[in-house]
Amino acid sequence: MVPISYYVILSAVLFGLGVIAFVFKRNVITIFMSIELMLNAVNLAFVAFSREFNQLDGLVFVFFVIVVAAAEAAVGLAIIMVIARNRKSLNVEDVNLLKF
Amino acid sequence: MLILNHLWLLMALPLAGSMLTLLAGRHWPKKLVNLSSVGFPVLAFICYCELVREFFFTLHSPATAWIKNYFTWMVAGNFRVDFALQVDQLTIVMLGVVTLVGMLIHIYSIGYMAHEEGYYRFFAEMNLFMFFMTTLVMAANLVLLFVGWEGVGLCSYLLISFFFTKKSAADAGKKAFITTRIGDWGFTVGILMAFWLFHAVDYKTMFATAANMPPETMQHWGALTSICLLLLAGAVGKSAQLPLYVWLPDAMEGPTPVSALIHAATMVTAGVYMIARMNPLFSRAPAAMLAVAIIGGVTALYAATIGLAQSDIKKVLAYSTISQLGYMFLACGVGAYAAGIFHLMTHAFFKGLLFLCAGSVIHAMGGEQDMFKMGGLRKKIPWTYATMLVATLAISGAPLFAGFFSKDEILFDAYAGPNSNFVLYMLGIAGALLTACYMFRLIFLTFHGKPRFDEHHVHVHESPKVMLTPLVILAILSIVGGWFALPTYWGGTDYFRAFLHPVFAGSTALALQLHPAWKEPPHGLEYEMTAIAVAVALVGFLIALYLYILKPSAAKRLAAGVHPVYQLLWHKYYVDELYGAVIIRPLIWISRNVLWKLIDIGLIDGTVNGLAFLSRGVGGEVRHMQGGNTRSYAAWVVIGAVAVTVFFVWMVR
Repeated sequence: MVPISYYVILSAVLFGLGVIAFVFKRNVITIFMSIELMLNAVNLAFVAFSREFNQLDGLVFVFFVIVVAAAEAAVGLAIIMVIARNRKSLNVEDVNLLKF
Repeated sequence: MLILNHLWLLMALPLAGSMLTLLAGRHWPKKLVNLSSVGFPVLAFICYCELVREFFFTLHSPATAWIKNYFTWMVAGNFRVDFALQVDQLTIVMLGVVTLVGMLIHIYSIGYMAHEEGYYRFFAEMNLFMFFMTTLVMAANLVLLFVGWEGVGLCSYLLISFFFTKKSAADAGKKAFITTRIGDWGFTVGILMAFWLFHAVDYKTMFATAANMPPETMQHWGALTSICLLLLAGAVGKSAQLPLYVWLPDAMEGPTPVSALIHAATMVTAGVYMIARMNPLFSRAPAAMLAVAIIGGVTALYAATIGLAQSDIKKVLAYSTISQLGYMFLACGVGAYAAGIFHLMTHAFFKGLLFLCAGSVIHAMGGEQDMFKMGGLRKKIPWTYATMLVATLAISGAPLFAGFFSKDEILFDAYAGPNSNFVLYMLGIAGALLTACYMFRLIFLTFHGKPRFDEHHVHVHESPKVMLTPLVILAILSIVGGWFALPTYWGGTDYFRAFLHPVFAGSTALALQLHPAWKEPPHGLEYEMTAIAVAVALVGFLIALYLYILKPSAAKRLAAGVHPVYQLLWHKYYVDELYGAVIIRPLIWISRNVLWKLIDIGLIDGTVNGLAFLSRGVGGEVRHMQGGNTRSYAAWVVIGAVAVTVFFVWMVR
């Protein structure tokens, strides 16, 4: 039996990597992937706790997160497509029109 | 019982005329405006005649007021005001003055205002005035009276500044409104105190409660004296007595029929009416009574002296009005309410007539108001001359004219009544002398002597019939108006006093009770008093005759001889200047430097603008966070998430 702490630590590490990539990467697709990474890190924590405490709540949440992530992927990829077409680049530094 | 049950008709008719003329009159031809705006006052007068008939033949002049309660106007706790109207002997007299003189002046105005701009507006406002004045005199409680009181003040303001493009007229309107407002402040507080004391504001309950109260004395002032003094403040403002009289001479900026109706015959007498109406209260407050009498007596003489030196024909009449109102106050102050109301009525006739005649003179002279630029008009406008002479005789107290009886009665009561006071009597007598003097000065300067104007430029013409008819009717009333009050010693029945007796019975009885030492004056004193009054008036007449007819140069020499006095009178004792320096200038300084520059700009504007400035500054700094750099947004999201996490972890712990 793998102790719960292993899962939680893995989840935290994955989440931290996601955050770092989210902040420091410039490629839109990489940023997008880092968001997916964070979501799935959270999913892992949910599942681990759900199993630990023998409750279904966490699993239900995971399903919701997956659904949201799928929707987000659909919309997000579409936006990335448009950006790529208009800017001929995937660098987020080039997407800076919305400012003061 | 038609009108007795529908007293509101008397108010509604002028109101209907006013609203109709105001809303639709702009596009009407003049004939239609005349029909609507003069027709309704005439209808109101007819209603009044029917009311009098019913009052005498159905109610037989009852001892208690006929009160008609239409609906409850407002209730707050035990404060309750009804829309209730009442008719008693006093109301009958006042309504008669208002509707009759009002109707005549409306008719006169058709001729006088014929060539003025805003014809329909003038009549709409005159009708509105009639509405408020009838409200004032028919009200059965103090609050409804106050509605009429303020309403006539509003109409007075509107009509004084009728020629509102002229700055002096607009200023005069404001002056009248603000000055009377100072008095109304006291009046309002008086009403509130009356409610506090009596738990009611309707006359019936108030007077019934007051009847059971012990009269206060000169030394011990209580609630009653305070209430009466506060009410007196309102009356002083409205009736243009010292020290709030300054607005009335300026009010002459309005059209002359307005001066006749509002600033001579009716509105300015509202203060006298109110004091007479409140007689059960005043009779129990001797200190307030004395204040009324002193204010009246001093004003009667004071205004008369100013009248001696004025050159504007309407200004002379304005000061004369103030002086005559002083007589009415004097009468009320010595407890001779009936005499005061009697003088109010006769004064309405002859002073209304004097103003209308003055209007006719001004009309004939093409707008000239300076008496020193008139003269010799007697032959050219004989009807005006004749009627004005009648009015002058009446106001001077020539025997058998209306003013003779009323003024005699006031002076008699001031001398020999229960509250008699010799000093006040002397003030009245001196005033009577000056009255005759300045009135005949006016007549001589205007109608006698040689013309002092360019006869080639001014085409003096008699006024049209529509203006002369009211003059003649009022002239007849100025002669016969006093006859039905013929005192007993003249062989009459003293009917007026007997008629008003139910209203003033309590006060008369109380006065006798308070002055047990007072004895009925010896028979024959009346004749002596009358002889003195007539002699005094005759002296005034002779002085005017000597100065302005026999030796015209003497007037100039006299004016030069007593130059400082003449200057003092000519400048009206510099009261306007005094008020300007003592009250108005400091007030303007405070308004400008404290209220405007400090409070308004500094505090109020400062707060509002400061808040706006602050939020703009903060926004200006914070907006740099939104730099368009997506990765910095991401960093902020992370920082926010970490902050929330840290916060909750810390909280749970």
